[in-house]
Parts: sequence; structure tokens; C-alpha cells
Amino acid sequence: MTEATLQILSLDMPALVAASAAAVSCALLGNFLVLRKVSLLGDAISHAVFPGIVLAFLLFGTRSGVWIFIGASCAGILSVMMIELVRKLGRIDPGASMGVVFSLFFAVGVILMEQASASNVDLDTDCILHGQLENLFWLLPADARLTNVHHSLHLMPVEVLRSLVILLLTVVFVSALKKELTLAAFNPELATTLGFNANLLHYVLVVFVALTVVASFEIVGSILVIAMLICPAATARLMTDRLTTQIWLSVLFAVLSSTLGYYSASQVPVYFDLHSSFNAAGSIAVMSGLLLMLGFLFAPRYGICARWFRTMALSVSVRRDDVLGFLFRAEEVQGSVGFTLRTIASALGKTPTTMFALLSARFRGYLEYADGTLSLTARGREGARSLVRTHRLWETYLVENLGLRLDHVHSTAMELEHYTPSELSKRLAETVENPSEDPHGSPIPSEEGE
Amino acid sequence: MSASIDTALVLDIISFQAGYNTTVVVFGAMCLGIASGVVGTFALLRGRAMVSDAIAHSTLPGLALAFILAVYTGWDAKNIFLLLAGATCSGLFALLCMHMIVYYSRLSEDVAIGASLSVFFGFGIVLLSVIQNLGAGGEGGLHHFIYGQTAAMRGHDAETLAYLAVACLILVILFLKEFKIICFDTEFARVDGWPVQAIDALMMILVVSVTVIGLQTVGILLMIALLTIPATSARFWTEKLSVMIVLSALFGALSGYFGAIASALFPRLPAGAVIVCVSGVFFVFSLCFAPRRGVLAGAARVVQLRLRVGVEHLLRELYERNEGADSAPTGPLPLASVGVWRALGGFERWVITQYLLLKKYVMRGEDGVYFTPRGLQEAEFLTRAHRLWEEYRMQFGALATTHVDYSADLAEHVLTPELVDLIERSLKGRGSIREGAGLPGSVHPLGSGAHPVEVVQDD
Repeated sequence: MTEATLQILSLDMPALVAASAAAVSCALLGNFLVLRKVSLLGDAISHAVFPGIVLAFLLFGTRSGVWIFIGASCAGILSVMMIELVRKLGRIDPGASMGVVFSLFFAVGVILMEQASASNVDLDTDCILHGQLENLFWLLPADARLTNVHHSLHLMPVEVLRSLVILLLTVVFVSALKKELTLAAFNPELATTLGFNANLLHYVLVVFVALTVVASFEIVGSILVIAMLICPAATARLMTDRLTTQIWLSVLFAVLSSTLGYYSASQVPVYFDLHSSFNAAGSIAVMSGLLLMLGFLFAPRYGICARWFRTMALSVSVRRDDVLGFLFRAEEVQGSVGFTLRTIASALGKTPTTMFALLSARFRGYLEYADGTLSLTARGREGARSLVRTHRLWETYLVENLGLRLDHVHSTAMELEHYTPSELSKRLAETVENPSEDPHGSPIPSEEGE
Repeated sequence: MSASIDTALVLDIISFQAGYNTTVVVFGAMCLGIASGVVGTFALLRGRAMVSDAIAHSTLPGLALAFILAVYTGWDAKNIFLLLAGATCSGLFALLCMHMIVYYSRLSEDVAIGASLSVFFGFGIVLLSVIQNLGAGGEGGLHHFIYGQTAAMRGHDAETLAYLAVACLILVILFLKEFKIICFDTEFARVDGWPVQAIDALMMILVVSVTVIGLQTVGILLMIALLTIPATSARFWTEKLSVMIVLSALFGALSGYFGAIASALFPRLPAGAVIVCVSGVFFVFSLCFAPRRGVLAGAARVVQLRLRVGVEHLLRELYERNEGADSAPTGPLPLASVGVWRALGGFERWVITQYLLLKKYVMRGEDGVYFTPRGLQEAEFLTRAHRLWEEYRMQFGALATTHVDYSADLAEHVLTPELVDLIERSLKGRGSIREGAGLPGSVHPLGSGAHPVEVVQDD
């Protein structure tokens, strides 16, 4: 037990903490990028830092450290400024300006890299894309126990600590400027008139994003940084309309995709009989994409399914009204009658909608089923009467007050009857002075019932 | 390699005679440049520059899956057609995902692009890590697709590129009218009954095809550059679509040509990145020097306008100085006592003097400069425009006397003689304008006038 826990602490915990911390930092900032529709800036920055890294590496000859961070940050911030400058000077589409600038930066980086490898120094480009989560271990001494593990904290990989520091800074930044960032995200003009400089705030945000991207991508890889800037915030945006809820949800999704992604990187290959684990950063990015897809499909209000279900529910309720109206009119002509399912279906359309409408009417106690026939219950008759009454009142109103032709009013009344609350129906009756017959000569049922 | 470049080699390469391999690479890069230049034009005009980036990134999982499939079924894992078919499929799938997100959710296009890009590429990296451990020894080949490896291009690859480039060109020529209409007015196209969705889809399929063609040459990460940079550069030079397409293809072809040559001549210059950098040179040149939309042209327009405004203020003040005198000013212009002139620095004074002389508004005399008749006429016109505009704003805009001078300072430079006449006619009989009275008086006291100016009151 202790052995297993120690193993997790030593092998999995560092990578998991680093990935989660980086993911949460990116997701926090991503919320505001997504709202301002500039989420691609993260993509542009993470490509554009490349020449900065290589240059710093060429000039100072160290593979990690302050100089690389400074070089990358300068390149990132410079690229953002260039994108803005090119967009303004050339009056071109923001997307095009972004594409032109960051791809040029990247191309220069690739050339510099080739030159660098000429001078026998090896800069691992894969690390930039893939990150190095796989290499983060907490090498505990042999006598380490759960009780004395805190004595070995100094052996913790520096990347883990760094990602925690970034997380802390991001949390401070976002909570300090949340009100201003929110205002600037939703209504930059209002923010400016209120005396916050929305543009300045935007640049502060972008610079902070650049610093976070630069500080994170060496640990988790640039592709994961891009995914985390966008996917968790986007998923959260599908779930809620409130920004505070959205931010918390995005944090949740970031942690969730880090954890699930990290474990599936080592567990999924087992199912495929592969002997090595997947790339963890890639796997986390895929997981965040899967979460986004789930949100896209099943989000409570904005998901595809929810919207489909709302449409379905509406058409079923309309069809249910039609079934009641159909039975009520038949009773008017023939007295109390029952209809077989087949007759009703052929009258109202042999579709699943009719099926669901009948089920729903039966479930609500509007219909009873006996001897293979369906007929209205007293409750169903009550509902049907007010529906038919509304329908005929509308027909009267359309003919008498609006002057429509007699043969033009039925289909209009057919639509309006489903959306007429009883209060409106009362006013309608007053307006047409409570007639006893509609323009077609059919009796208008009384409000109360006989 | 020696520091000096063999001149004969240079000549051989630039004239396509430096051996089969180099020729193939240069030719292939040019074909790619043409195809991406043409197709990129439409991607740019539809605002889809970043979409093409996402498509390029999304081809990675397709490449990797095709590779894995080939390894498991025992086919040739280096078969370029199989790999490119995989790339095309996943590129199209990513396109579909982006379309779904934009059309069926509340998320905006940038989110759709960024999410597809990162998730697909992340999946590709996962698959690469699988391939690395399959032991089939092909992951090196796949890495070439990420950063591009033009030198690996073989003869029949270049042939394929050429055929695909020609196919793209033919499609573009066939559908030019359709593409044009949805690039410039999608709503109109829809109302007019064009199958907008289908045309849009065809356009994006072309983008996917060109991306796939270009993977080997410039690589996934730089493909967006070839689709965006030549087209954006071409946009600076023209307002006509056909010209833009030709220019964009030309920029693309030249970038491919020079990039591939530079890469062949110098060691350690990866062709893809060099091609992109060459196209970047074209871009910067276009951004700076394009005749109408370029930065220099814009700056020149601003300078010219400011010069004209400065000169016109000077002319009017000089004219107003002499007003009230019976005859036209004959002596040298009293520049030293005019506020506008005194506020200028030495260089500005020199430039403005040159401008005035060039326009023949003034001429040099023994002890200073003098109005020419032409200059006097211009100055009178400006004064008239200024005063009429003030009067117009007071009469029709109900503004106070103190509030009209500044706007007239701005308006006098853009009022044409026709407009001034029109204003005068509409003001006739109102305010201080009397028929046949010549130049109307100023509605307010003039700045530091040495002589009294009659201020005409309303009747």
C-alpha cells in the first residue's frame, strides 16, 4: 500500500501536478480570450516564440533558464505587436495578419535552428511540441516513507514548482482584474467611457498570456498550451451564461482533462496491446477536445441534444393538441366515439411525433384506451374544449375584425391556438362579443363546459 | 562547403540544369507556389486564413493513421499516396468539425479553429508516439511532414505536384465566377439562388488539396504561410480579383523558385522555411511600396494633405490681412507678422515656400515674396469658402458665432467650387449674404487683425 502510494507520488504526481497547474493557468486566461474572440492569439504566440528560443539558445548557449524565457517572451510579445501593426498599417483581415506574422516568425526560427545544429548544439524541437511530462520524476531516496516524504521536497523537479508559481500568478492576476477584464470583454466601448482603458487592458491580458504560454510550453508542450487556452473555456461557455460559473467550470474541465488525459496515456495502450504509453501532452489535448465534444452534444441549454429535444417537445405538444382537437370534433359530429390507433395515425400523420403525442396525452390522463380504441377522458375533453373554443374564436376574430376571407382563416387559427393563453382567449371572446357560432357555422363551445 | 559559391553552379541551378534532383525540387516548389497562391486568394478573401492553418495541423493524425494502417496490413508504409489520402481525410474531417461548431453552437469561429487545430494535432502527436514504439522505423519520415523536407522530393512526387497544381488551376478557372460572387457578396449570392454552401465547400476542398500537396515541401507548421502570404501581398497591389489571382500565383511561384534555389545553394537552409521567408520579403515590399494601399503611399497622402492644409491656412490669413484695402496687395507679403507662419519651423517654412512657388501662388521679388494673380484668386476662394461655411452652419445648423470657426477651418479644404456656389445660392437673402455683395464679411472678429473688420449683424 505504502509502496504503491510512494510510487504514484514519485512517478505520476509530478507530471500530473505540472500538467494540471499549467492547464488551469491557461484555462483561466482562456476564458477572456474566448469572450473577446481572440483565442487564436495563443496559437500565434506559441508558434512565434520559436525564433526567440533559438536565438537565446545560440547567444547564451544554455538549454533552460532565464535567457530562454526572456528570449521567448520577447519574441512572443513582439509578434503580438507586429500582428497589430501589420493589421493597422496594411488594413488587412486580422486572421491574415496573424497568419503572415507568426508563420514568418516560425520560418525564421526553423532556419535559425538549422544553423544552430550546424554549430553542434542540439536543441530538441520535439520538446517544444510535445512537452516533457514523461521526464518529470520525483526521485525519492531509498529510505523514503510516507511519513518523511516532505524531507525530500528539494528533489521535486523544478518544472513542477515553476508551473505552480505560474498558476499562483495567474490566479492573482485574474482575481485582481476580474471586474475590469469582464467589462472589457463584454463591452470595450463602455469600459473606455467608464475610464478603464479597454485597449490597454487587452494588451496587459495578451502580454500575460504570452508570459504564461512561454513559461508553460517547455513543461507541457505548445500544442497542449493552445488546447488549454481554448477548449476548457469553450466547453464551459457552452454550459453557462454566467462568467463566474464559466471560470470555475473551465478550471474543473482543465483539471479533468489533465487527469483523464494523463491516465489514459498510460492505460489506453494496454487495451491495444501496445507496450509503451502515449504522449501525455497530446493525450491531454485530445481529452480536452473530447470534453468539448461532449459539451457540444449534451450541454444543458446550448447543446445539440438539448436544442433538438426542445424542438421535439414543442412539436409533440402541438401534435398532442391536434389529437385532442381531432377527437373533440369527432365527438361533436358522432357523439361519444373511440378511434383505433390506425385511424388517428392516418388522420394526423404516421410519424413518431404522433406516437409520442399519443403517449404523452395518455400519460397526462387526457385519453383512455379500451377495447383497442382511444377516447377522450373528462379531463381531456376539458382541455380539448378550450382548445377548440380558442380556435373558433380566432377564426371569428380573423374574419370579422381583420377582414380575412373565410377559406383563409383555418390554418392561421390552427397555428395560433397552440400559443394562446387563457387570458388572451378571454379578451378575444370579449372583442368578438361572445358569439355562439364561428364563421363556418360550427358552435363555439362555452368556457365552462356543460 | 566552401565559402565561395561556384558561379557556374548558380547558373545551372537557376536555369534548371543542375542535375535532376535540384531541378525537380525547384520545379515542384514553383508548382506548389502557384497552386497555393491561387487558392490562398480565395481563402484570404473569405476571411479563412487561420482556417487553412487548422486544416494543415489536422492532417497529422490522418498521416499517422495511414502509416499505422500500412504497417498493420503490410503495405508500403512510405507510399506517398496512401499517406496523402489519410491526410486529406483528416483535413476534411477537421473542416467538418469546424463547420459544425460554428453553425450548431454558440461558439465563435476562432474557438472552432483553435480547438480543431490543437485537438487534431494533439491526437497526431499521440499517434506519433505510438508509431515510434511500433518499431517500423518510419517516424523519421513522418517528422518530415511537420517541418517539411523538400530535399526528399522525388521525380514522381514533383510530377504529382504539377498535376495537382494544374487541376487546382483548372477548377479555379471553371468556377471563377462562382468563387468571385461568394467572396464579395455571400448574401447576394444566396438571394440570387447560387448554391453557396456547395461552392464554399468546393473552395475549402481546394484549400485542403493544396495543403496536402504542400505538406512535403513546407510542412504542416508552415503551410499557412504559403496560403496566406502571397495572397495578402497581392491584395496590396490591386482591387481586381483576376489581377490579384495572377499576382498571388506569381508571388507564390517566385517564392518557390528563389527559396528552392537558395536552399540548394547554401548548406543548412531548409527549403520550406526559406520559401516562406522569400514570400515574406515580397510581403514586406508590398506592404511598404504598393501604390495605393501601401504604407509609403498612405504616408505620402497624409504628408501631402497636411502640407496643403498648412498652405491654405497661410493663404487665407494673408488674404484677410489685406482685406479692407482698396486694391489687391502689391507689396511683399507680411509673412513675419502672420500667426500661421510664425508657428512654423525653418524646414516647414522652406517646404511651404517651395510648394507655393511650385503652384505659382507666389513669386519671388526683391524684398520678399508677392502674390501672383493666381495665388490671390485661390486665397479669395478659400476665404469665401470659409466664411460661407460659417454662415451656413449658423443659418442652417443654428450654431453660435463662436462655434463655427473651427469646423470651417476643417471644411474649407474639401469644399469644391460647385459646393461653394451651392452654399452661396442657398444662403441668398439670409444672414449677412447680400446679392452681388462680393465676398461676404467674416461673422466674427478676425484673430489679430491690424485693421478693423466690419461684423455684419443679422437683420
